[in-house]
Amino acid sequence: MNLLWLAPAFPFVSAALLAVFGTRLSRRLVAMIGSGSIGFSFLAAAFVSARFLMQPPPGNAYVLPLWTWMAAANFRIDAAFYLDPVSLLMLLVVTFVGFLIHVYSTEYMPYDRDYARFFAYMNLFVASMLVLILGSNLLVLYLGWEGVGLCSYLLIGFWYRDPANVRAANKAFLVTRIGDTAFAIGLFLLFTKLGTLDIQQLMQLAQTHWAVGSSVAIAAAALLLGGAVGKSAQLPLQTWLPDAMAGPTPTSALIHAATMVTAGVYLIARTHVLFSLAPQVQLAVAVIGAATLLISALSALAQTDIKRVLAYSTISQIGYMFLALGLGAWSAAMFHFMTHAFFKALLFLAAGSVIHALHHEQNMFRMGGLRRELPVAFWSFVIGGSALAGLPLLTSGFYSKDLILWQSWAGPNGNFLFWVCGMAGALLTALYIYRLIFLVFYGPSHAHVAARPGRAMNFSLLVLCVFSLIGGFVDTPPNFGGVPALSNFLNSTLPELKEVHIGPITELFTAICASLVFATGLIFAYALYYRRHAGQPVRSMAAQFLFSGWGFDWLYSRAFVRPYVRLSHLLRGDAVDALYRWLTDVIQACHRGLRVTETGHVRWYASGLAIGSALFIVFIWLAR
Amino acid sequence: MLATVLFLLGLAGLLTRRNLIFTLMCVEIMLNASGLAFVAAGARWGQVDGQIMFLFILTMAAAEVSVGLALVLQFHLKHPTLDADAASEMKG
Amino acid sequence: MLAIFYISSAVAVLATLMTITRRNAIHALLYLIVSLLAIAIDFYLMGAPFVAALELIIYAGAIMVLFVFVVMMLNIGEQASETEREWLRPRSWVGPGLLAVVLLVEVASLLSLRGTGERTGADVIASKQVGIALFGPYVIGVELSSLLLTAGLVGAYHLGRKVASKEGEIRDIDTAGSRAVARDSTVSAGPGRTSHAA
Repeated sequence: MNLLWLAPAFPFVSAALLAVFGTRLSRRLVAMIGSGSIGFSFLAAAFVSARFLMQPPPGNAYVLPLWTWMAAANFRIDAAFYLDPVSLLMLLVVTFVGFLIHVYSTEYMPYDRDYARFFAYMNLFVASMLVLILGSNLLVLYLGWEGVGLCSYLLIGFWYRDPANVRAANKAFLVTRIGDTAFAIGLFLLFTKLGTLDIQQLMQLAQTHWAVGSSVAIAAAALLLGGAVGKSAQLPLQTWLPDAMAGPTPTSALIHAATMVTAGVYLIARTHVLFSLAPQVQLAVAVIGAATLLISALSALAQTDIKRVLAYSTISQIGYMFLALGLGAWSAAMFHFMTHAFFKALLFLAAGSVIHALHHEQNMFRMGGLRRELPVAFWSFVIGGSALAGLPLLTSGFYSKDLILWQSWAGPNGNFLFWVCGMAGALLTALYIYRLIFLVFYGPSHAHVAARPGRAMNFSLLVLCVFSLIGGFVDTPPNFGGVPALSNFLNSTLPELKEVHIGPITELFTAICASLVFATGLIFAYALYYRRHAGQPVRSMAAQFLFSGWGFDWLYSRAFVRPYVRLSHLLRGDAVDALYRWLTDVIQACHRGLRVTETGHVRWYASGLAIGSALFIVFIWLAR
Repeated sequence: MLATVLFLLGLAGLLTRRNLIFTLMCVEIMLNASGLAFVAAGARWGQVDGQIMFLFILTMAAAEVSVGLALVLQFHLKHPTLDADAASEMKG
Repeated sequence: MLAIFYISSAVAVLATLMTITRRNAIHALLYLIVSLLAIAIDFYLMGAPFVAALELIIYAGAIMVLFVFVVMMLNIGEQASETEREWLRPRSWVGPGLLAVVLLVEVASLLSLRGTGERTGADVIASKQVGIALFGPYVIGVELSSLLLTAGLVGAYHLGRKVASKEGEIRDIDTAGSRAVARDSTVSAGPGRTSHAA
């Protein structure tokens, strides 16, 4: 099990290799190195996981210390990896899905000089993500956090020659930076109060030293929440994710669907003790999650770009995860993370194959009737979309979403309102995803298929289809098999949620409601979009509002960006520096003035002497 | 008193005249005047030191005149004129 | 006795005044010599015969003669007088004159505060006394002044040397008159010039 370090090491080494030598290697070699490294990483992860499952280490947690990163006075940080069920789950998901996406992108990315650069960045991203997941203290986690932020910036702005992409990358980085700053302040707070940043020690110390609801616990939890909100694109920092679709589709699949945006969820799950100690913050988490999932689901209904629909969908689904976290249903959130990784990656990759086939056409209203021409993409969308919407019994998404919905009613923090929000969200989800499917794959055909996807792309899609279907069976609710294997597995780290409100709404009832909601959404979508008449998106005021993502961009631009830009223009003259410049200006003026006296004429100097001596005598005379 | 008057006359001349020869002449006047002051002082107190001083001043004046005139010759070689203001390359 | 002193002082001042206001260099030099003579008389009257003699011999004799030599060597001529006239406007006397008056007033007031006492001393300091003093306490001064004179000698010699110009033609410090002499007899650099030397 001490081979754990290989998991981040493989992609890191390959990233370095590709960064230095990439342009000189052949395309095939670059593809093999790029995806092979993730493959090896997955094998290492699988091996370690197998050992972990068969011979669990004491306390169900394994620590692999690597070296001492820094030690100064009483501040000591070790570079160490920590493996417990939660990080094991994430490790497997990240490497597995990452591997499939890398294989996919060997075919997707165009054959140019940037090919190696792409794989270098992607590998660096996976390495950073693994560091984030496996970090045993918050500083190593923060290192991974920053690393994925960096790679996100690099990959969104991958085609940097187009300034719009660069702007999107800047926006992503800046918005997540706000969250990162909150996170860093939280780290400072935790360290000054508790004296350590090691996660397990922090949890124990916090429980013993801090009372429930104490202000320091609230502050720390709120700051960490700020960081999570930024990275996971929740309210109010969700504006960067739709614009991040400017990056290549495999990037969107990996970073903005399956892994990076779930880093916030992971953070909260890891530090759940802090959140338990601050119930107000936990409530805030749930509220944020519920609000976000509704707002972004509504926005997704009005989008025209296929990737933007999926982006808003991601925000919405992570809202579900936040909702689960806020309710205290930690394992439910992790379960939903796993299934979401599968079907969202599937959806993005399928979207990618559509876009690739249509020569980078992304507007849904210019597509149509692709059902026959792109069968693999069609079925991928159907399976993935159904998983997303929660097709009962068959798809993994059903099980995970059902668990969350049930907990939203039954858990100790549960509330009828949350339940309603969740159901409404499910309805909207079904609506928008089937709208997408009907618009793209049914109806009259507007676009011309230029190239069919090849073997690499289809392989990844097929594997993800399978997992989207069967992934849910690891944790089945009591009525449908009663094998909560995943929750049991995660219990050692994430405490189980006791059902409190057993009332009129039982678990079965919730499941049936969810299924009904799904069906309703499907029917509505069919009615509205199966036969498109005008073929144009609705352009009413409401639609515009939803299209712009509830006007957040406009708001932030007015409130923050413009005043800041104006201020920086004002300060361009650097007022403080002007003082120093004034000083030099005065001295230079004096110099220029005094230069006049150096005429070079002897008589002038002699007269200077004479005048000086006259004055001198006067002084002597006066001094007597 | 006389020495002062002579000295100041020499100074005024120095400041006014542009021809280098005249400048040197005025310097001589000034030197002479200061020597006169020394001798007068020596005579006032009846000591010999005033005359000694004058002797040294005289020696110095002789050396200075010879070097100065050599410089004037060089100056004349370099510039066509004897204008003191022409040698203003060290200005600024 | 006193009358002679005042007369010779007046002559000295007047002569100096004439010196500094002449246009012609030779005229100015002659006036300067007159001034020096008057000062020598003053010295003698003050009871310093040795110094008076020295002034006459060295100052008026050697230094002034040197001046005259150089002036004549530079061969300033009529053109210089014209230039001088241009330079010596009455206007240009204002500044220095004012300065001189100011300084005069200052020094006069300083002197009058202290009181100078009798000008013309009764006792005469003979040459013998001066000689003894020179070889006695002031012997170092003698050595230093001899050093100074040597330095002056070497400096004057070096600075007054003929300077070789760019084309290899040695430019004499003389004016055009002697230039032909130099060209014929001196060494030339380029081969084209040797015909002249032949």
